[in-house]
Amino acid sequence: MSTQPATLPATTDGAPVIELTTPLVGGALGRSSTGTAGLDVSDADRHERLAQMRAGELGSVHSWELVTAVDGPGTRLTVFLAGCPLRCLYCHNPDTMEMRRGEPVTADQLLARIARYRGIFTATGGGLTISGGEPLMQPAFVRRILRGAKELGIHTTIDTSGFLGAHCSDAMLDDLDLVLLDVKSGDPDTYRRVTGRDLQPTLDFGRRLAARGTEIWVRFVLVPGLTDDVANVDVVADYVASLATVSRVEVLPFHQMGQDKWQSLGLRYELADTRAPSPQLVERVRGQFRARGLTVH
Amino acid sequence: MTTTVPNPGSTTGPTRTATTAPAWRGFVPGPWQDGVDVRDFIQRNYTPYTGDAGFLAGATARTAGVWAKLTAMFPEERAKGVYDVDATTPSTITAHAPGYIDAENEIIVGLQTDAPLKRAIMPNGGYRMVENALRTYGYEPDPTVAKIFTEYRKTHNAGVFDVYPPNVRAARKSHIVTGLPDAYGRGRIIGDYRRVALYGVDALVAAKGLERAELDLERSTEDVIRDREELAEQVRALGELKTMAASYGYDISGPATTAREAVQWLYFAYLAAVKEQNGAAMSLGRTSTFVDVYLERDLADGVLDETAAQEIIDDFVIKLRIVRFLRTPEYDALFSGDPTWVTESIGGMGDDGRPLVTRTSFRYLQTLYNLGPAPEPNLTVLWSAALPDGFKQFCAQVSIDTSAIQYESDDLLRGQCGDDAAIACCVSGMTVGKQMQFFGARVNVAKALLYAINGGRDEISGEQVAPATAPLAGDVLDHDEVRAAYDRLLDWLAETYVDALNCIHYMHDKYAYERLEMALHDRTVLRTLACGIAGLSVAVDSLSAIRYATVRPVRDETGLVVDYDVEGEYPTYGNDDDRADDIAVELVRSFMAKIRRQPTYRGAVHTQSVLTITSNVVYGKHTGNTPDGRRAGQPFAPGANPMNGRDTHGMLASALSVAKLPYDDAQDGISLTSTVVPSGLGRTRREQVGNLVGLLDAYTLSHGFHVNVNVLNRDTLTDAMENPDKYPQLTIRVSGYAVNFTRLTREQQLDVLSRTFHGAV
Repeated sequence: MSTQPATLPATTDGAPVIELTTPLVGGALGRSSTGTAGLDVSDADRHERLAQMRAGELGSVHSWELVTAVDGPGTRLTVFLAGCPLRCLYCHNPDTMEMRRGEPVTADQLLARIARYRGIFTATGGGLTISGGEPLMQPAFVRRILRGAKELGIHTTIDTSGFLGAHCSDAMLDDLDLVLLDVKSGDPDTYRRVTGRDLQPTLDFGRRLAARGTEIWVRFVLVPGLTDDVANVDVVADYVASLATVSRVEVLPFHQMGQDKWQSLGLRYELADTRAPSPQLVERVRGQFRARGLTVH
Repeated sequence: MTTTVPNPGSTTGPTRTATTAPAWRGFVPGPWQDGVDVRDFIQRNYTPYTGDAGFLAGATARTAGVWAKLTAMFPEERAKGVYDVDATTPSTITAHAPGYIDAENEIIVGLQTDAPLKRAIMPNGGYRMVENALRTYGYEPDPTVAKIFTEYRKTHNAGVFDVYPPNVRAARKSHIVTGLPDAYGRGRIIGDYRRVALYGVDALVAAKGLERAELDLERSTEDVIRDREELAEQVRALGELKTMAASYGYDISGPATTAREAVQWLYFAYLAAVKEQNGAAMSLGRTSTFVDVYLERDLADGVLDETAAQEIIDDFVIKLRIVRFLRTPEYDALFSGDPTWVTESIGGMGDDGRPLVTRTSFRYLQTLYNLGPAPEPNLTVLWSAALPDGFKQFCAQVSIDTSAIQYESDDLLRGQCGDDAAIACCVSGMTVGKQMQFFGARVNVAKALLYAINGGRDEISGEQVAPATAPLAGDVLDHDEVRAAYDRLLDWLAETYVDALNCIHYMHDKYAYERLEMALHDRTVLRTLACGIAGLSVAVDSLSAIRYATVRPVRDETGLVVDYDVEGEYPTYGNDDDRADDIAVELVRSFMAKIRRQPTYRGAVHTQSVLTITSNVVYGKHTGNTPDGRRAGQPFAPGANPMNGRDTHGMLASALSVAKLPYDDAQDGISLTSTVVPSGLGRTRREQVGNLVGLLDAYTLSHGFHVNVNVLNRDTLTDAMENPDKYPQLTIRVSGYAVNFTRLTREQQLDVLSRTFHGAV
């Protein structure tokens, strides 16, 4: 495949639609300078890499971080993978959108880092969270990492939009303790405007998780003028309330901290004039979820 | 060596049976009755507490009233720099008449001078410091005092400058060796103030008499003569302590009989120390569990209830909060604010596996609620994953609410100093009453790297400070060449540094001996020579840049390298990346090895700290551009912290890099300061407390030694800079010490703001 153009074609009605392509690991263009510190980067040639990626032996990793209280319980190793099928207008990590911006890291390398923090996870009640980008864009790699983590007895989580839920096999779900499911909108048209994609796969994935008994934390990014419509939130909240395994809902107020990244990537940022939601608005939206008996933060 | 203490319950000498005398009634007998052994007393008599904070009492109206009298005085003190000074009376244990805040309402009495916040002069450390400070604050130095301390009575400062060799003077002037205690009291000595409460002064004097008898049996060699003279001074100081207490109406010749007396006796002993010494750090020790034994007895007897017990601790802590020394603004700039380091070590585990946590451990922390947050006393929790959950959660909660606690690894400290150890200053562990240190400030290893590159010339002045060697040539710095030159330079630095410290401590012992503090030690003490390094993260990142990227030196017309062009990427310290962190480990180990090769005054054991106290701003100011891209004058990171903004993998990853530094080669402590926004710890308060406990467990289990935890919003700090009067008690922790944010210089405030805040996005 060819690399993505530096500037994505913007449509008048929201996020650009991109073609889903074969996962590929590219060169160093624009990649983060310190994201994968401590992980050896693979020097396999391109052909070899492709074979390794299909086998799940190699992944495109944007960065890792030890975080507390944000990507699941306790203190966690969050691994951000590169590549996402969505183009959310408010994305605060646009540098993870394209897989080629990641660094090629072997599963063994990553598992070694995960094993290193086993004691930390025990002490803090934490674990591993695979985020992105979109983890399910690299299902073979993710499956291998989750399996390895479970063999080490580590609590596992993925942070996903659910759009590629079909990539998530039942075997992979067996190795997942928690899914952070981003439901970006309730109304399909709004969802498409926000992300450039269809809502339905996300809804299907959530129901599948609930049916299997997998614990879910739902996340909803509140963007004034984009996702804050009362009716839109009601639809999301109704859906979430219908999923029996949702243990918490996090309403995340939009912020402008990702703006610089869009600019430095040469991407067009459409929300430059959007402001963070007022505390009253955040409270109203949280209230809509709470009214359905959900635990909301 | 065991010394015999007359048993107050007996007129016929020591006995091992439970005494019925009022002082020791109900206490479990043991060897502590036969000789000075406070640890044994605690171990046999304390009651571990494994519950939660539910039992604690709030401040009484009396406590609030006394505290309000002082807080009304603080704005004037903050505005003027000092509230008042007695410029004519050189301070001794007995020099000042009794002073009170509110005589009728004070439970624990005693002030350094005859009025609260009135500072004393202590010229034994150095007269010039006293004179400069007086003039700065608008007081005329007294000519008689001047004459005494310049003509008749030599000071520590004068002694040191009589003996410094030229290389030390040059290194000191260029700031490669810096912060030396050669013009002020060295501090960092903890008297075992508990001894006065447990035994009374007379018994301690008697015990010193036995020590003297042993010394008298030895030949009069130089060391023995010095020991005898020091012992005589110790006994004299104990006598003065009694006299001072008597001036407040207390006879402390015998042991304390109640909890209130125990705290009062203990405080008189500490007060005598801070009347006599203006030490850089005047730490209290480890008193809460000792005091708890007395409080438990009085509570069981129905003499006290919880409110009254808390009131005693609150009143004690009020006194500790107003310890003041007269210092120059330069000194305060170096140390950020007006620190006294009244460090109290709380918690920890015993050798037998029982937690040393008592209800009074909670009561000490509760003062941060009853009186509001404050930098002093420097409350230090000795943390272990094995501590009771209730205590761990209370500590985390207090940290989240006040940011006023620092944590040290009890496991590492206990391994080194046993389970009756305390922290002096920020991170210096010592066995109470059995160990002291010769405080040695620190050398600037970042500047040393620049000297290595420049053949021993100073990168700012161009002067030749270290012995001349060939400056490194070529357009690109070669890692192996740099390391070899750095190694040679550090050899010179270690030698020069320890020479300076030997001169200082010889003279401090001679002219400003800590009579009272050392009277509350055993005769045979372990002395350490506490060396230190500053600028670790700058040196490490610079070496990493030279090794992993391309660094081109920029030379001025004299050939002096004044800047560096860095091309390419390199791993930085603070990301749990072994490539960079191994450089830090190696640097700490190798400098310690060099220090250990130097002869020390009085056979002191060499140690090292990675701690800047709060002077990272000043050290940065005196250091030119560095090969990691840091600009000249830019502050260093504090202590062992990674450079601001270069730790990009989260607070814990940053802490784990620091935790790799080997405690065995940094036995005087390794300091880390972390700042986190509340939401970075969790969505709910319960979650925040649980997550902070988890982080502290994870850090100490990973062999991290020390951490300051600030839980703050950047907005709060910004607002406090603009509106200091709105935040009179805003406390933040910086490198082993809590400071009042509004008392920092603007430069220091900006430095704090520029530090990495770890939070959720």
